Amino acid sequence: MAQQTSPPDTKALDESPARGYSSDAAGLGRLRAGAFVAPALALIAVFLVFPALWVIYLGLMNYRLTGIAAAEPQFVGLDNYLKALSDPGFWNSTVLTFQFVLGSAVIGQVVLGFTLAWLMRNRRGTLKSVVEGVVILAWILPSAVVAFLWVALLDRDSGTLNALLGIPGFAWLLDYPMLSIILFNTWRGTAFSMMLYGAALGNVPPSHLESARLAGASGWQQLRDVVFPHIRGHILTNLLLISLWTFNDFGPFLLTAGGPENKTEILAVYVYKTALQAGDLGYGAAISTIILLINLVVAIFYLRLLRRKG
Amino acid sequence: MTRFVAGRIGFYTLVALLLAFFTIPLLWLASAPFTSNPTYEVRVPDFTWENFQIILDHPYALGSLVNSLILAIGTAVLVVVMSALAAYALSRVRLPGRDALLYALLLLSSIITGTAAMVPLFQLAIELGLIDSHTGLILIMTGGLLPAAIFMIKDFMDTTPKSYEESARVFGASPLQIVRHVVVPVVRPGLATIAVWTIANVWGNFLMPYLLLSDVEKQPAAVIMYTLYTEGGQANLKVLSTFGLLYSVPVVLMYLFVSKKYGFRFHGGIKR
Repeated sequence: MAQQTSPPDTKALDESPARGYSSDAAGLGRLRAGAFVAPALALIAVFLVFPALWVIYLGLMNYRLTGIAAAEPQFVGLDNYLKALSDPGFWNSTVLTFQFVLGSAVIGQVVLGFTLAWLMRNRRGTLKSVVEGVVILAWILPSAVVAFLWVALLDRDSGTLNALLGIPGFAWLLDYPMLSIILFNTWRGTAFSMMLYGAALGNVPPSHLESARLAGASGWQQLRDVVFPHIRGHILTNLLLISLWTFNDFGPFLLTAGGPENKTEILAVYVYKTALQAGDLGYGAAISTIILLINLVVAIFYLRLLRRKG
Repeated sequence: MTRFVAGRIGFYTLVALLLAFFTIPLLWLASAPFTSNPTYEVRVPDFTWENFQIILDHPYALGSLVNSLILAIGTAVLVVVMSALAAYALSRVRLPGRDALLYALLLLSSIITGTAAMVPLFQLAIELGLIDSHTGLILIMTGGLLPAAIFMIKDFMDTTPKSYEESARVFGASPLQIVRHVVVPVVRPGLATIAVWTIANVWGNFLMPYLLLSDVEKQPAAVIMYTLYTEGGQANLKVLSTFGLLYSVPVVLMYLFVSKKYGFRFHGGIKR
């Protein structure tokens, strides 16, 4: 959402009654303006804000999908949170989520995205369109389709990857499930970083690069001394956004469903399994609240960054 | 000179490796639907149309694509109309607390994700009787997409000149008429962007329909695709590959259309 956050326009701030006409050009008036905003706000309130607040309440109850606790849930205070602290499943998921975000977003997507943007920076024509085309294709195809494409790719007996590497019978999804979903998500999400860095590199003044080159700077020195200082803000923006998205990604469920033996049970999958498959809604809500809080911290950090830039 | 040649070789090797990494997983989707007896292996197809015939006879395949279409169009209409009205009012009239509201919207849209909200949304849908209802799912997805949509479209509204609206008003047009006949034509590219963004989001969304629709007749293609490869013994690769292709083609066409017509301009929040 990099572009959508222009600071509140200052034009409207100095609007006095005499000049109000020029801003409210259609003569809406506050009442009608309120009526225009109301339907959207009502839907957002019911289906976005209310669930986010309700989940905090649900997390303090022993709500279950079926049984006595479904009909008459009891207030249990912080029990669900204490349970999370001593629940090995929760810690397993937290560690896996950290690995997943670090491996596929912070390392995979950032490095590949930047490499692609850097390699293609001065190119025009077919090579650039083809490379960018396939990277974007991996990003826009429906998640249920790409997940199955990876099932086919990684199949142990006749999958394309084993055929290419000459190691038939190598069970990627059974023996290296975490590596598999990290590679999968890197492949899936690199397009965003590639486009963001592509736009960022366009802002690096060519004259600076030129003088660095004339001064005899190597490729790596040019990157370190000229390019990175210019795009530092973009890198931070990119890191925060893709970390947030990857942290909340449900995609790996389509590939491994958390298995084998919970080895890919990232938090998103863990919430689904405990709350909706095992029916422990109260506990699932408590974990959801933890996810919301982590999201909140990352998002506030991100918005502060945008404000400072604006 | 040797350094230059080495550099070229390095460049093309790296590009070839990256290209292979991104292309190889896609090959199966391009070959298997046209192969008589597809396996997981990527083979040169023998160009049969038989698999598409099988899809026509499949009990849920085409129906699920129609369901996806209903959900996508329904959500897109609601999101476009509501976000356009809200963004126009927020752009032109200084309502009390407007800046705080916009900030809160931006924050909400990024933190309340499907993952974080699946438990309460599921509960809410049960309480309101919205399980197995397309309308319910459309309302829930609209609520989730609206904040980001309002933000994107407000950018367009802020940059359009107000003089047209003023002249229309001088000629006695009502505010709704002005919105419909003056503002909408001016911000049409923005509305199209929002519509495409919404359709792409809903078309690919798996989690929400998976949670809220249990009736297989009502499930969209995302859920049917998942069911096809997870349930019931040996996966039928003829159906899976062909269905996957049919389900993917609209997204690709839409992307080509948008990038041709407007240029694929970079909108950071275009994908969640």
